[in-house]
Amino acid sequence: MSDFTSDFWAVYIALITVLSIIACAVLLYACSTRGAVKGEQAGTTGHTWDEDLHEWNNPLPRWWMWLFYLTIVFSLVYLALYPGLGTYRGVFGWSSQQQYDDEQQQASLRYGPIFDKYLKQEVAAVAADPEARAIGQRLFLNYCAQCHGSDAGGGKGFPNLRDTDWLYGGDPATIRESIANGRLGSMPPMGAAVGSAEEIKDVANYVRSLSGLTHDTLRLPRGRQKFAAICAACHGADAKGNPQLHAPNLTDKVWLYGGSEATIIETITKGRAGQMPAHKGFLDDGKIHLLTAYVYSLSREPQK
Amino acid sequence: MKSTARDGTENSLPQPGLAQAGSPAEAELYEVQRTIYPRAVHGWFASWRVAVVLATQLVYYGGPWLTWNGRQAVLFDLAARKFYIFGVVFWPQDFILLTALLVISALALFLFTAIAGRLWCGFACPQTVYTEIFMWIERKFEGDHLARMKLDRQGLSVRKVVLKAAKHGTWIALSLWTGFTFVGYFTPIRTLVAEIASVGLGPWELFWILFYGLATYGNAGWMREQVCKYMCPYARFQSVMFDSDTLVITYDGARGEPRGSRRRSADYRTAGLGACVDCGICVQVCPTGIDIRNGLQYECIGCAACIDGCDQVMDKMGYARGLIRYSTENALRGKYPERQIARQALRPRTLIYSAVLLAVVTAFGAALYLRVPLKVNVIRDRAVLMRETSGGLLENVYRLQVINTTEQSRRFVVTASGMDGLQLIAQQPVTVPAAGALTLPVALRIDPATTPPGSHAVLFHIEDSADARVRADEKSVFHVR
Repeated sequence: MSDFTSDFWAVYIALITVLSIIACAVLLYACSTRGAVKGEQAGTTGHTWDEDLHEWNNPLPRWWMWLFYLTIVFSLVYLALYPGLGTYRGVFGWSSQQQYDDEQQQASLRYGPIFDKYLKQEVAAVAADPEARAIGQRLFLNYCAQCHGSDAGGGKGFPNLRDTDWLYGGDPATIRESIANGRLGSMPPMGAAVGSAEEIKDVANYVRSLSGLTHDTLRLPRGRQKFAAICAACHGADAKGNPQLHAPNLTDKVWLYGGSEATIIETITKGRAGQMPAHKGFLDDGKIHLLTAYVYSLSREPQK
Repeated sequence: MKSTARDGTENSLPQPGLAQAGSPAEAELYEVQRTIYPRAVHGWFASWRVAVVLATQLVYYGGPWLTWNGRQAVLFDLAARKFYIFGVVFWPQDFILLTALLVISALALFLFTAIAGRLWCGFACPQTVYTEIFMWIERKFEGDHLARMKLDRQGLSVRKVVLKAAKHGTWIALSLWTGFTFVGYFTPIRTLVAEIASVGLGPWELFWILFYGLATYGNAGWMREQVCKYMCPYARFQSVMFDSDTLVITYDGARGEPRGSRRRSADYRTAGLGACVDCGICVQVCPTGIDIRNGLQYECIGCAACIDGCDQVMDKMGYARGLIRYSTENALRGKYPERQIARQALRPRTLIYSAVLLAVVTAFGAALYLRVPLKVNVIRDRAVLMRETSGGLLENVYRLQVINTTEQSRRFVVTASGMDGLQLIAQQPVTVPAAGALTLPVALRIDPATTPPGSHAVLFHIEDSADARVRADEKSVFHVR
């Protein structure tokens, strides 16, 4: 517990504390016996300001003196009950860690039943409960919105959770798995495999053509050839992706990192690595369950 | 403890012209001031004080029992951080209004103190008010000052124990009722009654009832003027507001001296005496135990009991009233006649206080009148500054925190403006429950072709769909690339 290398310092500080309290008591006693004689004229301290402003040494009201004694009693009682004297832990054995743990336990006693109620229900049923969705939204804003956005619309590198396009699957079990254990989405750098900058540009134009975006038609045949030879291994010959390999569908309008030619070239050349951290370490089952239901409900809202 | 405390503390500052208080009468001063009080009750100032005591306590004890819209009219719900005052619900965001109220209180204290001294202390301060009530109870049980002095000098007897127990019992009962009322402003008082009836009082409620009750009992029953003399900071800094034109309670030494006893029939002037008959009533009525004839002293709380006391004696003697009266230092010195005192109230100091006070009161009133029962905060998503939609539009995301401070649920419509072709994506209209808050994620979209890169100011407008007066505008920014 002690931060010091030697036990001496704990004793040293405890001694200073006790001596200070005793010194306060002695000083108080010495001062309070003075001026008790009725009618006695108080003297000055000898300090004078502005020619005639004297500091008088009047005795304190008696109740005030008792309040001072009370503070001494209080400090002694406090030091007996709580840690304060060196390494002495006090009669109560109080510690900030223990207090934190107690408060956590209090909170789980209070809020646990709410989560337990929803844990017993299917995700689809929880997702239909407006109260559960409200709790889910608050949890989402706390834990998820930093990356996925307050409206769950995602951002560059962070998937949109409101659409029906899923990299890993949108069924409750898969969503729960993604939240609890996290995901590592990885596209290896394919620049060397594809070849020269021109060849990469060919592939990029072919990929853009898949989702109906503007492209250079002259580059299409060369790009299609390269794609079939290299990219199709993961993304499939029809480029519709492969959920087993978590390879995204390239024929839809959903772009995780962006669909411009420059961005696609960057993706092919350097690869991509996305990580969804695992949350089961600090979110309990009840919270993950509610978050799963909330995310599940998002893709069932009418699309805007 | 009480008498010993008095022995040790009656050591007043030896100022010129101030008689030493270390006289043998010192220990009795406290007893005497209780006793004379019944005479003062008949005076003009004493009546005012009784009126203020009744008015303030009617408000204090009665307040929590009023109902409004089916709830307690005045309730400070600390746990929910909502503060109900009749038809209005204040939220922590409204605390600027409390600040304004405190500034008004301070300025009013400055102004009234500059004009007429410690009016607050003498007539309205809870310390004075509760001391007044406690002394009234004391008088009912133990009789007048002479009876009480006699009782306290007596040895222990059944009668003394019964009287003292009755007095303290009544004091404690009133104190507990005061503490109960105090807590009743924070926990609905009818709930509190039910909790007490079923012995289900929460630990903090019990603590505050006992704490506030004990403070009332101690301060009004035992400490009394000690609070004013040793504890109260206002008492000290109010003297800074005084100047030579401030109305203070003064003894007219020129008319009163030399003081001395005389027969009522005799002409005191021929006997070489002043108007003061040296009856000592002004000292006996003083709740802080000073002699006003020694001039203005820091202990004087301006209660004017000595004026009432002296006027009665003057009436009996057939002399003119006002040997002790409200006057100013300059008037007593003869710088202007007393009838001009009222005109002296209009001096730069008081005019400046009045002007500032008026300005703050006006601002406070306007703020209260124009207060919209809707609060909106716009929190921009900062991790993702901007994103592209599948349709090629640029999108920024915001959280709107919408707080409805009225007591009915309301439906709000959000619009956004500030850029050409701005689209707002939100689930609308949004229903915010009564006295509730809601977080609404919204997105703004714009066509990149029409918008240069950079930061653009946008304005969110939130309006009650049924009541256009309930609306708010909040600024934010839209980032492009």
